[in-house]
Amino acid sequence: MTTGGSDDFRASFFEECDELLEAMHDGLGLMQDGAGDGETVHVIFRAVHSIKGGAGAFGLDALVSFAHQLETVLERLRSGKIEATPDLLTLFQQCGDYLSDLVTAARADAAVDPGPADALGRRLDAASGPDCDTSEAVSQAADDFVPLALDLDALEDPQESDADDPMSSGIGHHITFTAEPELFSSGNEPALLFRALATLGPTRVGADVSDVPPLSLLDPTMSHLSWEIELDGDCPADIVLDVFDFVSDCASVEIAPLEHIAAPPDRSTVPASDDIAPAAGADAAAPAEGQPPNSETVGWGHEPARAALPEPAVAPPQLSARIAAPQTIRVDFERVDKLINLVGELVIKEAMLSQAVGKLTLNTGNEVLQELDGLKQLAGEIQEGVMAIRAQPIKPLFQRMGRTIREAAAMTNKRVRLVMKGEAAEVDKTVLERLVDPLTHMVRNAVDHGLEDTETRMAAGKPAEGSVTLSAAHRSGRVVIEISDDGGGINRDKVRQLAEKKGLIAPDAPLISSDIDALLFMPGFSSKDEVSELSGRGVGLDVVRSEITALGGRMSIQSELGVGTVFSISLPLTLAVLEGMVVNVAGQTMVVPITAIQETLQPASARIHTIGPGTKVLSIRETLMPVADLGAHFGFREPPEELDDHVLLVIETDTDRRCALIVDALQDQRQVVIKSLETNYSQIDGISAATILGDGRIALIVDPEGVAGGVSPVPATLVAPANPDIVEGDSLVTA
Amino acid sequence: MSQPDDDPKSRNNEVVAFRVGGQDFCFDIMSVREIRGWTETTTLPHAQSYVKGVINLRGSVVPVLDLSDRLGLGVTETNARHVIIIAVVNGQTIGLLADVVSDILSIPDDALHPIPDMVADQVKAFISGVVLIDERMIRKLDLSRVVPPSGLEAA
Repeated sequence: MTTGGSDDFRASFFEECDELLEAMHDGLGLMQDGAGDGETVHVIFRAVHSIKGGAGAFGLDALVSFAHQLETVLERLRSGKIEATPDLLTLFQQCGDYLSDLVTAARADAAVDPGPADALGRRLDAASGPDCDTSEAVSQAADDFVPLALDLDALEDPQESDADDPMSSGIGHHITFTAEPELFSSGNEPALLFRALATLGPTRVGADVSDVPPLSLLDPTMSHLSWEIELDGDCPADIVLDVFDFVSDCASVEIAPLEHIAAPPDRSTVPASDDIAPAAGADAAAPAEGQPPNSETVGWGHEPARAALPEPAVAPPQLSARIAAPQTIRVDFERVDKLINLVGELVIKEAMLSQAVGKLTLNTGNEVLQELDGLKQLAGEIQEGVMAIRAQPIKPLFQRMGRTIREAAAMTNKRVRLVMKGEAAEVDKTVLERLVDPLTHMVRNAVDHGLEDTETRMAAGKPAEGSVTLSAAHRSGRVVIEISDDGGGINRDKVRQLAEKKGLIAPDAPLISSDIDALLFMPGFSSKDEVSELSGRGVGLDVVRSEITALGGRMSIQSELGVGTVFSISLPLTLAVLEGMVVNVAGQTMVVPITAIQETLQPASARIHTIGPGTKVLSIRETLMPVADLGAHFGFREPPEELDDHVLLVIETDTDRRCALIVDALQDQRQVVIKSLETNYSQIDGISAATILGDGRIALIVDPEGVAGGVSPVPATLVAPANPDIVEGDSLVTA
Repeated sequence: MSQPDDDPKSRNNEVVAFRVGGQDFCFDIMSVREIRGWTETTTLPHAQSYVKGVINLRGSVVPVLDLSDRLGLGVTETNARHVIIIAVVNGQTIGLLADVVSDILSIPDDALHPIPDMVADQVKAFISGVVLIDERMIRKLDLSRVVPPSGLEAA
């Protein structure tokens, strides 16, 4: 099934499945929260149904049969034959998860464990109740539906996928067709158009002759007729409009959704058959024959039609709103990346041009300078716009976590509810992809370690159902993601004991609460007494943190005993640009990320003490931090003895390491485009990437974490390193 | 790690010949992307001594190797007359610093000879054969050996 051109269809089917699954999970979430209504069930049903239809077209039998079972029960739910009990909703959630699995497996052409299908299938059968004859009808209808399954409009026009659904047969269109004289002079025939319409569904056609003037005033070359047509069925508006495609320049066509209730029940209708031909062809002929216009006899006429419609003037906006809803195109990611690279080039070229023009010493207000400013602005806006293409809402990621939570809750026998906030916030696609693993881990942690078991919760007067909240928000150019639970909070005494036992800290180390929280991030720490099957897989929060740090993010914890814990992750919106301080070091130009710089100091005014040979510390607001020469760190020079003509950058890294870096001069602060060093070279310690400066030369971007890790001793509060022996041996060698 | 292009029986025997440290070298023209004048490089910390640094090649960061240093012929004191041969080796784009590009040669199959014993050991490690043309001896470089197969590691 996957050969040749069908690959494209297959790919778009799976992309569509993603959207349908998202819609389904949305709906299930709503129902779980009690916020669902009849329409929610319809949406879920349609999603499952569309997946089934498409899967049928590709011969994905496992997917079809499971979707069918699920659909059968959904059908009974929406027809009111069964009730939406909490058990049923849980079952639906599990089925939804399994359906996602099946889609994923089908996409990868992989086999999937059929076990859950049988178990879930039996439970679905049980849930569907005794009288199960509707399933056959649904199945039959679904088979009919297969050819339509790949219609890409399905999402924009949900009704369409319901072509087999009797419940939606009431939907239709009200079409107002007004002929211009050109229609007739160009040889078009309204009756033929109406007949074509009749192939789309049952029609009722009426002619409006109210504009026909008295015979004495009649100009036989003019057109005075318009028609009101009601088309039943759920044919999409654009298909209906296609009928009028050839006459669009010589007739006006207005189309609006048909409102059944408002339609007069006793109107006289003219079927779309040959007998309307006289009326249509009579545009010129009828008046010429001297028949006075009579709305009663020709059709249901103008007045009732007006009454039947809301306001004709309102109708077109309704239509356009409907078509304009979520207009998207699918674009190959490679193309976007290429565009982003090119825009990066543009920005660099622009900077180079600025620099070249700067050398010309033009007067302020010179035309060249003004135009250059305009160019600069445009380049900036283009860059922003292109970056926005990569941005994607965080919602699918959160939804994925919903599943993680359900599974974790099932394994730990806890009742957990997922609350999502700000899921519309957009983040760079690459950032999103790389967030999956850390977030999964943290969400599992929240359920496993964060939340207490039900009895403890009840005893503490909390609701039995724990909640895990995922929130996302944009804050000053970064996106902040919080994973919070309403569990027991961090038991700091216990954490401290455990850390002492594992030799992570000295027994009498003076630790404030945030220091203790920071212990959770230390390698080899796991706060649960016994490693649980769920989250204790040898991967600790330290790994999570390093993954977040690799994304340019920061992590922090807030916790209150008995109230809960909040993990915050602050991430850059994009991995493509970075706000940096351009500095000079030992004749090199380097960039230090602005997020790491706490402050800049003149050494003359700073209190620098020398401890031992060549070791300097900076005393600032009653704390001491090591001073390191950036040039010496990278092996560019010997550390300078005299610091007076240098500048100090006070750096604080994401892991709270602090140090002061000596640089020669600050150039300026600017946005730089990040270029990979690893493509053609390799990773370098202390360097995160490279960028291209205005003069076309490459500058290296300093990785504060790497640099501070290299110079900074372990903070005084966290005394013992993991393996003291090795550290001692090292220092012997270097001494 | 000999590349298919180095096969003496391959039909395309065109090579780029250039001069490094007073000696003639060449390698398969199919590996060459372009030849540029010398531009100042940005020094890389902790790099091997023969890695001159990186340059901006139309938006890509490309490392430049001092071939002379790499082949044991002494560190090049760069000036504006030097050239950078941009080549693709093991999927990575790199720049090779040379004194001058002398020629593009079409080598008949029988002109390629095995390495004679007199060549210095370090050079020998990087060449796949020698070409004798017009009384000149041109060493054919095996680029995959010049650039370590595992890529350029920071020392």
